Amino acid sequence: MPATLFDKIWAAHAIIVRPDGATLLHIDRHLVHDGSSNAFRMLKARGMPVARPDRTFATPDHYVSTLGRDLKAINEPHRRGMVEDLDTHAAETGVTLFALNDRRQGIVHVVGPEQGLSQPGMVMVCGDSHTATHGAVGALAFGIGASEVAHVLATQTLWQKKPRSMRITVDGALASGVHAKDVILAIIARIGVAGGTGHVIEYAGSTFRALSIEGRLTVCNMSIEAGARAGMVAPDDTTFEYLSGRPYAPKGADWDKALALWRSLPSDVDASFDREVSLDAAEIAPMVTWGTSPEAAAPITGRVPDPADAQDAVRRDSMERALAYMDLKPGTPLADIAIDRVFLGSCTNSRIEDLRIAAKLADGRRTVIPAMVVPGSGLVKAQAEAEGLDVTFKRAGFEWREAGCSMCVGMNGDLVAPGERCASTSNRNFVGRQGKGARTHLVSPAMAVAAAVTGRLTDVRQLMARS
Amino acid sequence: MEPFRHLEAVAAPMRVPNVDTDQIIPARFCWRKRGDGWGHLVFHDLRFDDREKLKPDFVLNQDAYRDARILVADRNFGCGSSREQAVWSIYDYGIRAVIAPSFGDIFFNNSFQNGLLPVMLPAERVTALLTMLEKEPGTRLEVDLAAQEVRAPDGSVHTFDIDPFRKECLLAGLDNISFTLTFRDQIAAFEKKYEAGVSWLARGPA
Repeated sequence: MPATLFDKIWAAHAIIVRPDGATLLHIDRHLVHDGSSNAFRMLKARGMPVARPDRTFATPDHYVSTLGRDLKAINEPHRRGMVEDLDTHAAETGVTLFALNDRRQGIVHVVGPEQGLSQPGMVMVCGDSHTATHGAVGALAFGIGASEVAHVLATQTLWQKKPRSMRITVDGALASGVHAKDVILAIIARIGVAGGTGHVIEYAGSTFRALSIEGRLTVCNMSIEAGARAGMVAPDDTTFEYLSGRPYAPKGADWDKALALWRSLPSDVDASFDREVSLDAAEIAPMVTWGTSPEAAAPITGRVPDPADAQDAVRRDSMERALAYMDLKPGTPLADIAIDRVFLGSCTNSRIEDLRIAAKLADGRRTVIPAMVVPGSGLVKAQAEAEGLDVTFKRAGFEWREAGCSMCVGMNGDLVAPGERCASTSNRNFVGRQGKGARTHLVSPAMAVAAAVTGRLTDVRQLMARS
Repeated sequence: MEPFRHLEAVAAPMRVPNVDTDQIIPARFCWRKRGDGWGHLVFHDLRFDDREKLKPDFVLNQDAYRDARILVADRNFGCGSSREQAVWSIYDYGIRAVIAPSFGDIFFNNSFQNGLLPVMLPAERVTALLTMLEKEPGTRLEVDLAAQEVRAPDGSVHTFDIDPFRKECLLAGLDNISFTLTFRDQIAAFEKKYEAGVSWLARGPA
């Protein structure tokens, strides 16, 4: 029977399939971070060891200071305790740790692909909803809660019911100034934040084939913002080229063996999906969000919508609430919205390609509002510095920080002040996400720079036309 | 884990779609330990004003719903972050069942791990329940897991679907880890066979 990429990976990892469909899945890689301490404690309370420390990799990211790599830079004891707990748990259980002072430390979803830990055909999990990121290399990767993290630590397996499948096809070339972030925001605006609920998405079509792995990582990262369990892109030569030579990628004869397996993974031509959606790349413009849900996204050329035009009362009510929180009036051109602060970082957009795009636009310009760049990992930071991108950013007025989740979720104290409006390359514009009372507009790295140098949401294509 | 079998309690209506886990439990509280107690933090920024005073307009702060142990919510409840703290705070507050047309997938899974029953009903059924609860504050609903039914005082009975495996675990208060370990031999046999095909995973970094 013809099978999808997802079907093939699922079948290869099913240890037990109960008649009711509950399936015990084998987990290839388990990533843990400094928010995973409750799960380690659950295991400890049972007196159980980590079943497969060789398949478990840890790095602190949520609670780390972006001002220094010394534990002492975390000046709040509870946050410091979270990072110290991870050090302790890793030492006690024998899992591999990329510690705070290790150049390989970083946001767990940046570190996995960068180290070659994320590979085609794998089932990967992590106690973080953005685990779908790793699907960009052709893995089935999804986020789980603390109890499931404890279950994976204890057994290297997880009970799951097979989700339905959805294929999102985007064909055509992206216009200049339009990036992977705009594609995924356009997809979420189209299908809605619950559009993918209960599904695993495969992103297909020439637009994704032409994207770099960095771009695919950005797209898969926000699958959860469309409600999906996971997002994935079939592995191809771009994937293999990306993985080749990475520390944990197979080498020599192993590489050939792996490649043979990986080439067999893409969905069969006649495989069917439970749901199909397609978009035309040519119609995608640089996107911004105006509300408090990622589906509240529109082209920068648009206006704040009017709740009076909503299809139903529940939707009208939630739009009104969102606009009140965001302090926006219906009909306002999005490009007229003044911005107070810019955050360029997060597991969505903090990789070297993101920083290159941003630095190119920042070069020779000057920020007019506070703006910071937080690289996704110590290695991304080092690479950017080797290319002189840090100098470009600093000259333009951006702060240049150390790697971590930072202002995407604010757990480390990097917060947007109440009432402040932030153009952010992160993934969630929820009420209070970047700090209590903070107002978030999700954008691409290019659009973040455009906002930083103009002080308002700005169509980056205007900036490009002037340079 | 406490079993969930049958519950008859006040139900609180929350007619808001896409309630994300950042709303249920803000990130700034997430460093706490499971055993620290989370009930007082649930919906924190919706429940309390800047001076930590209860906001009178929030549903759980209203007298009629003070003893609510059931929450009736709108579509996509619990979307967003995987933080299990969202379930812990709802559970520790005393709520044992959430009824909604749909849930965020990870929140849905996390609920079962903690003895919180997420009940999925068709949107029009949930809308009818919301209207009933808003019209008659303090209305009690009955959730019967064995029968897979939600019963309302107007005589309406709403049957719901639930995964048999999850139902079994909830009814028994059965813990997943202990259950899985009964398959230890099958897991070991699978790993042996599977790992022969992906032998490079066993090698360290280069």
